[in-house]
Amino acid sequence: MGKPTGFLEIARHDHGYAPVAERVMHFRDFVAPLPEPRVREQAARCMDCGIPYCHRGCPVHNIIPDWNDLVYRGHWREALEVLHSTNNFPEFTGRICPAPCEASCTLNFNDQPVTIKDIECAIIDRGWAEGWVTPQIAAHRSGKRVAVIGSGPAGLACAQQLARAGHEVVVFEKNDRIGGLLRYGIPDFKLETRLIDRRLAQMRAEGVEFRPNSHVGADLSARALLAEFDAVVLAGGSEQPRDLNTPGRELHGIHFAMDFLTQQNRRVAGAKILGEDILATDKDVVVIGGGDTGSDCVGTSIRQGARSVTQLEIMPKPPLHENKLLTWPNWPLKLRTSTSHEEGCERDWAVTTQQFIGQDGRVTAIQLARLEWRESNGRQLMVDIPDSTFEIKADLVLLAMGFVHPVHTGMLQELGVALDPRGNIRAGEDDYQTSVNKIFAAGDMRRGQSLVVWAIREGRQCARAVDAYLMGQSTLPA
Amino acid sequence: MRMTRPPASEGLYDPRNEHDSCGIGFVVDIKNRKSHQPVRQGLEILSNLGHRGAVGADPLAGDGAGILVQIPDAFLRAECADLSIDLPPPGDYAVGMVFLPRDAHTRAQSEAALTQTIAAEGQSFLGWRDVPTDRSCLGRSVRPSEPVVRQAFIQRGPNCPDADAFERKLFVIRKQTHHAIWDRELLGSQQFYVASLSSRTLVYKGMILARNLGVYYPDLRDPRLESALALVHQRFSTNTFPSWALAHPFRYLCHNGEINTLRGNINWMLARRHNMQSDRLGADLDKLWPLIGDGASDSATFDNALELLLAAGYSLPHAMMLMVPEAWSDNPLMDPQRRAFYEYHAALMEPWDGPAAIAFTDGRQIGATLDRNGLRPARYLVTDDDQVIMASEMGVLPIPEEKIVRKWRLQPGKMLLIDLEQGRIVGDDEIKAQLAAAQPYQTWLDATQIRLQDLPAEIGPMAPDPHTLLHRQQAFGYTQEDLRAFLNPMALNGEDPIGSMGRDIPPAVLSDRPKLLYDYFKQKFAQVTNPPIDPIREELVMSLVSFIGPRPNLLDPHSAGNQKRLEVKRPILANVDLERIRRIEYHVDRAFRTRTLSICYPVERGADGMARALDDLCREAADVVRRGDNILILSDRSMDADHIAIPALLATAAVHHHLIRAGLRTEVGLVVETGETKRVHDFCLLAGYGAEAINPWLAFDTLSASLPRASVGAAVGTAPLLTETDAHEHYTKAISKGILKVMSKMGISTYQSYCGAQIFEAVGLAEEFVNHYFTGTQGVIEGVGLNEIAREAVTRHRQAFGDAPLYRDALDAGGELAFRIRGERHAWTPETVSLLQHAVRSGDYGQFKRYSRVMNDQSDHLRNLRGLFEFRFANPPLPLDEVEPASEMVKRLATGAMSFGSISWEAHTTLAIAMNRLGAKSNTGEGGEDPVRYIPLETGDSTRSAIKQVASGRFGVTAEYLVNADILQIKMAQGAKPGEGGQLPGHKVNDWIARVRHSTPGVGLISPPPHHDIYSIEDLAQLIFDLKNVNPKAAISVKLVSEIGVGTVAAGVAKAHADHVTISGEDGGTGASPLTSIHNAGSPWEIGLAETHQTLVRNHLRGRIAVQVDGGMRTGRDVVIGALLGADEFGFGTGALIAAGCVMMRKCHLNTCPVGVATQDPELRKRFPGQPAHVINFFTFLVQEVRELMAQLGFRTFDEMIGRADRLDMRRAIHHWKARGLDFTRLLAMPPVPPGVAVYHCEEQDHGLSGALDHRLIAQARPALEVRQPVRIETPVRNSDRTVGAMLSGQVARRYGHTGLPDDTIHIHLTGSAGQSFGAFLARGVTLELDGEANDYAGKGLSGGRIVVRPPTASHRRAEEHIIIGNTVLYGAIAGEFYARGVAGERFAVRNSGALAVVEGTGDHGCEYMTGGVVVVLGPTGRNFAAGMSGGIAYVLDGTSDFTRRANQAMVALEPLNDVEETLKGVASSEWSRLAQAELPDDGLRHDARRLQILVARHYLHTGSEPARRVLEHWREVLPQFVKIMPLDYRRALQEMQAKVRASARHDAAKTGLAVGA
Repeated sequence: MGKPTGFLEIARHDHGYAPVAERVMHFRDFVAPLPEPRVREQAARCMDCGIPYCHRGCPVHNIIPDWNDLVYRGHWREALEVLHSTNNFPEFTGRICPAPCEASCTLNFNDQPVTIKDIECAIIDRGWAEGWVTPQIAAHRSGKRVAVIGSGPAGLACAQQLARAGHEVVVFEKNDRIGGLLRYGIPDFKLETRLIDRRLAQMRAEGVEFRPNSHVGADLSARALLAEFDAVVLAGGSEQPRDLNTPGRELHGIHFAMDFLTQQNRRVAGAKILGEDILATDKDVVVIGGGDTGSDCVGTSIRQGARSVTQLEIMPKPPLHENKLLTWPNWPLKLRTSTSHEEGCERDWAVTTQQFIGQDGRVTAIQLARLEWRESNGRQLMVDIPDSTFEIKADLVLLAMGFVHPVHTGMLQELGVALDPRGNIRAGEDDYQTSVNKIFAAGDMRRGQSLVVWAIREGRQCARAVDAYLMGQSTLPA
Repeated sequence: MRMTRPPASEGLYDPRNEHDSCGIGFVVDIKNRKSHQPVRQGLEILSNLGHRGAVGADPLAGDGAGILVQIPDAFLRAECADLSIDLPPPGDYAVGMVFLPRDAHTRAQSEAALTQTIAAEGQSFLGWRDVPTDRSCLGRSVRPSEPVVRQAFIQRGPNCPDADAFERKLFVIRKQTHHAIWDRELLGSQQFYVASLSSRTLVYKGMILARNLGVYYPDLRDPRLESALALVHQRFSTNTFPSWALAHPFRYLCHNGEINTLRGNINWMLARRHNMQSDRLGADLDKLWPLIGDGASDSATFDNALELLLAAGYSLPHAMMLMVPEAWSDNPLMDPQRRAFYEYHAALMEPWDGPAAIAFTDGRQIGATLDRNGLRPARYLVTDDDQVIMASEMGVLPIPEEKIVRKWRLQPGKMLLIDLEQGRIVGDDEIKAQLAAAQPYQTWLDATQIRLQDLPAEIGPMAPDPHTLLHRQQAFGYTQEDLRAFLNPMALNGEDPIGSMGRDIPPAVLSDRPKLLYDYFKQKFAQVTNPPIDPIREELVMSLVSFIGPRPNLLDPHSAGNQKRLEVKRPILANVDLERIRRIEYHVDRAFRTRTLSICYPVERGADGMARALDDLCREAADVVRRGDNILILSDRSMDADHIAIPALLATAAVHHHLIRAGLRTEVGLVVETGETKRVHDFCLLAGYGAEAINPWLAFDTLSASLPRASVGAAVGTAPLLTETDAHEHYTKAISKGILKVMSKMGISTYQSYCGAQIFEAVGLAEEFVNHYFTGTQGVIEGVGLNEIAREAVTRHRQAFGDAPLYRDALDAGGELAFRIRGERHAWTPETVSLLQHAVRSGDYGQFKRYSRVMNDQSDHLRNLRGLFEFRFANPPLPLDEVEPASEMVKRLATGAMSFGSISWEAHTTLAIAMNRLGAKSNTGEGGEDPVRYIPLETGDSTRSAIKQVASGRFGVTAEYLVNADILQIKMAQGAKPGEGGQLPGHKVNDWIARVRHSTPGVGLISPPPHHDIYSIEDLAQLIFDLKNVNPKAAISVKLVSEIGVGTVAAGVAKAHADHVTISGEDGGTGASPLTSIHNAGSPWEIGLAETHQTLVRNHLRGRIAVQVDGGMRTGRDVVIGALLGADEFGFGTGALIAAGCVMMRKCHLNTCPVGVATQDPELRKRFPGQPAHVINFFTFLVQEVRELMAQLGFRTFDEMIGRADRLDMRRAIHHWKARGLDFTRLLAMPPVPPGVAVYHCEEQDHGLSGALDHRLIAQARPALEVRQPVRIETPVRNSDRTVGAMLSGQVARRYGHTGLPDDTIHIHLTGSAGQSFGAFLARGVTLELDGEANDYAGKGLSGGRIVVRPPTASHRRAEEHIIIGNTVLYGAIAGEFYARGVAGERFAVRNSGALAVVEGTGDHGCEYMTGGVVVVLGPTGRNFAAGMSGGIAYVLDGTSDFTRRANQAMVALEPLNDVEETLKGVASSEWSRLAQAELPDDGLRHDARRLQILVARHYLHTGSEPARRVLEHWREVLPQFVKIMPLDYRRALQEMQAKVRASARHDAAKTGLAVGA
């Protein structure tokens, strides 16, 4: 399988991007994919490992060597079948996944992993282009009804799988449009919403019913759903953002990242903006939090025309190169620079916010201090460095420090499902069952904030668990 | 028939696994002059063959010895007269040599039974004579089994008109008496045994040391005891359970060898019951049943069958030719009449196949024959006073040289016969020509033989639509891997595919997934007691010919009968072939009637319905056979959504055994039409359980549907790379080659005898199930039965026709070869590999514990047998610091054998440095070792491997290599591919590897499947002795692979004086091997180790030998379990490699290892991440974990823990639906241990080195050894002086390395018959000049010395017509010279890599696998010359112009010599000695004539050879008769090297030119 000497003959080649100056002028996708022959050439680099670490490194267990080989040989349609056999939405992961598969690729041992994510994306894009992606309509109906609450990646994956198993599935979404985090959490320049819409069309054909504007636990009684459905899947995400309780937090101009990002997506979609506009235009923007959401805030701010963008991280600056001997094939801690970072922003590490400084109730600056991380009894402790305080200008502060757990008020309280110590819903890793009969949980709501690819995995596995619960056994693939 | 009772099967010891092999010999007076002399000489041969026998724990208990003589009438008459028995004239009375039970009551009953039977059969009983015996020479362990020995005298009755009729009647009497007594099960009745009962011959035998035979039986020393012949035998059995009955000779023969196909032969004999009729035996035939003593030894069984054939009227040679035919099928040299004889007889009986030298006699004729492979030695001489002496080796009797008129050897497939009544030797050609002409066999054949390909063409069905195909594939268990890794590559390349890094998936019985029934069977393979065969290089002995349909009456030698026979060239039938068979009735005069029986049954009956379906099938099969159908096709073509197929293997075996039991099997042919079989292993199993031919229809359909396309990514619609016909043909060819390989690894040559031979063991099948459907197959751990097997079939069927999305458009992933989440479970996963690597790299023991926890935890998925074990911990546990320190324990650890060549220099030395730092041991593997590694590095580290492997290729095995070892490991088999050889392709042999292996860069290297100096256990003892001589300080280890019976082999190995034995599990294996072998041969180490330990303890041999286990050892828990099951030491291959950086790419065979472990690519090697510290951490952590477990178990020292299987328990709650049926009782059994018997390694072997001639040679050579002063030594030598020169060479090598001493510094002149391995590993500077003759293995591993063998000066024979050296001379020779004035045996210069040799004729397979050096043959060669020869040059004087037909031209070109003009003017005899001094030309591509001339001159100078003189004298005339044998690979490599040299010279010249210009 594959080309045995491919990796020795062909260098890794990533897709390209539109130039920064051009791409920051709009909110569209700016990736320049490789032409088909080059993608096949890249696929030839796959070594068909006896232990394909990528296969395990990928949370949905994409059978990467198989589709790499098929792409190398030009069997695109079969490659798509294999890809779809593990992943409902490769067009999402092919664009926005940080690709733990590539971290665990055997060739990453030498920093030259196969361009797995690009190849995945090429397969599914071609599949859509060729019209190979069609609904898989169940031949038999089970007569069972399942409610899926939340239409993010977990909910959608779960709903699609259950529909294919012949169940009647209704997806409830509190927002006006289906897609959850995919639609409103990820900027369009990373994932254009039209990609979501065509999936939804497929799912409609497969029999999934979507109910937007249905906030279970608020507009709708959660308990009522229990009576109406044979099973209920909670896939509402981890939406409670981590806050920063420092002096000055109440000042105007300090927002949670997700509020900012959602607004921009609505803007792009031409939808109504709820509440006041949060805009970075001509502002000195400070993003607190060094993760992916923070990075999205950077890219969005730049596109909105911010005067300056600074991103702060409390942790120390990670090394440029990981120690492969001790990390591979695991996800390494290393300095990652996103396309948004390339578009122009300052980054600072090991800093802590001491207070927000404001004028007229609006934030104008932040007082920061430098930190030092010390090891004590095997644990890392952070210690302020004396006399290291400094100030930076800030008239828009975006808090992107992650999410602590699902929103507890409303639905979860009403249903009374048990929580784990971290405040997530307690449900098994195999059976996805919560403490309440008939109720299942999947995605960030169960495992805490995570990647889209993890959400898809949870959705699929949860669907299998629900199917087995309803039917006694399941033939759905996990 | 049962023999005297060995211990009942207890634990894992099973008497069925015993092997024996031995020394044989006979002395005969051709003129039938009776005297006491042959008897005395026979006894003398026995004592001189002493080294071929074995001594167990009890020094006086041999494995058995015996002698067969003609009835000594005068002696008996005199003795009987004293007893008032009046003997009738000679010929009218018979003597029975009877072993009687010691129990008086049983004895009386036994005696009565005999006398009553005699009377009932119409003969008269004359009386008993007590045979005097002297039990003082019996071993203590033998005494309890000693029978009362009496002779019975019987007078011919009136119902026997002649002597032959009388003999037949005696046969009937003996059989009936045996059955009558044994069936009664009286106290000690098993002791009853009639050693001989004949009017012509008499056998004295017993469990006596060979030299004591005449002591125990004073009769034998009585000069009145006269016979014209004496046939003797000394037994070397793997076990020491005394069995008087199993000592040889039997009634007609003695045998040195093994019958590998025994199980099948027994079954087929059984199957013939209804089909046999004899006009000679008439109604008596029925009284002979059961004919075969199941459970007896192979030799005894062979004797049983031979007796029957003789009784039915076959002559002795005729019967032997029938049972042990020579290789006839593709032999261009064979006379057509003789071929017709063999072809005709092939349908009568399947060959009794295996290595065999059989000496036989009926008292009137005596002879010997060798199997088609000739894998046992037998040499003979004829004296001028009409004596013939035959023996396994020469020099066993002191015969004055001038009396000898002929010295020759038995050749493969040939027969030596002395007819005493005619008073002459009848040559092989004469006997066979005579027998071949006795009947019009060709006419008979023409009348009865039908070849499938001659039948009219038929139309086969086409492949179905893709969807139906997918359903069928799924129902028959196809996986994506089957297509990707098996079918498609086979269709493309016609080869059985290769994989790497062993097997780490669970045995079928522990798998969660539905497995095919094939997966529950493991192929058995030959190790030590019988050699595997090379099916590629020795293809001439192999045959896939199969006969389908009823077999003719075996017992009718005189007419062809009217039974038609259908012959197929190979047992894999194309669809059209199957249709030919289906419709054969209409083509062949209705001689055949074919009936197709469906093996499918309605789906609604489910798994529970399969038992009934099988019963119905069997009943129907028997019915249709009774009604006259004579070809049955078992078919699953009717499998569909509504019908489930019974697994084809189950259906086949069930029908086969049902028909055997009904006595109907030989009346019908069995053909299997199945969609289920696809891999090589599947076909082998169907064959092994009775399928005469197989049509894999779904495999063909699958190939038709997915013909590989020409270019990568070619669009649909482009022409495929292969036509459908080609794809099918390639696949068939690949399967055929694969079957040949599987057969050959058991040493079986013909499909016909493989068919039904059941050479498999069951791993994880319930005994009840096996006994019912696979009768006679062994297994030790119980397991699943019909219910589970049926459930698996149903599951597959449901997957195929159900609605699961996963299977809607795709096959199951498989995941056996590469890790897949949806596939089979592996031990090595991304998780386990990374945990281990991170742990050893960071030195974090906590991380290691996480690794071992994941590896050991099998609560979710079972992965190996030991996963089901539980410890019985001590309460309270010991404090950890009371447990033996780690520094002691590491000495028990070693890395596995991995050669430099298979892994990189970096990886190899990293392991060595780590093990040396630890005080543990690393292993060279089979590729030699660079001498720079013997010198410590500047850092103080050493890269020297403590264990040096000696494998069949003997690459780089020099005296220097051997003396630089602490352990010398003889690799008999390796876990990944037991019973197989290997091949290092030329492109992997770079300069460095070539230098270390003493070969030519770019020339491929082949390791033969067998060691050509180990065809039997006594040969292994010899190699052990050889190695011990070269390096007396090294322990000798023998590496075996776990299979049923490995324990008995290990016992034999212990008796052969090995210090160490390794038991490898099937799941081990680094590097590349055929997938068929990786996955289907060998068994888990838990089974093999337990059997080994139990058998050694039971034989009181355990203390003498260290037991190491390897193959899939991964954690401290594995080590502790290994110890509790009986291991002293532990080997780690994959685990250590992973610690060093291997990531289980399983691409070792592609040279593309991305982490620089298994590659020679310089770029990739730079990526090697391993450090010795990583490996050290791995072993340190392991030991720590072992110590923790020991503390919990309460063992202070490791020794205490060994063999304590009572501290293991089977996990109580096993919920796994398949594993539930397992039963480890036998695995965990503890054999009884009498006081004083060791249960772990704590004693020393006595290697018997003290008597070696070399001690004297070394003493006399001291000036040479110490100050290089030349010495001359004179000494006599005899056959018991074995391995002469090796110990001396070890001394040279220790001091002077491979360079040795200046030429001829130690010159030793010997006179006499040298024992085996004369001049083995002879170092440079030592010359052995022998006046006399040498036996097998002379010049083995020659390391630079010179050996000259010439006849004694007293000899007046034309030496070039007589044999002077034995078989397998110069095996693995590295350098040096060898001159023999006479003819060599088989396999001369096999695997020679650098020696120069001149001989005057050779046997078969000369220069096989040779890779270097020059061989000159001044006379005729045998067949298959130059097979597998990849390097070096041979020159053969082809006086009869038929050499081209004797050469194997697969790898060599035959051509005239070049540069003849350089020598045309010849050389005057006065200049010969100067010519002999000349340097040989360097350029291997040129100067042939000159090279030859010099070598011939040297030969003349050293031996005074007459042929050499003729050649030199008549140079111009003789030169054109020489043929040069030039390996193609070698020529290409030499040309490339020269081109490289030229290019670099040009480059230099250009540079110089530039410099000058500047």
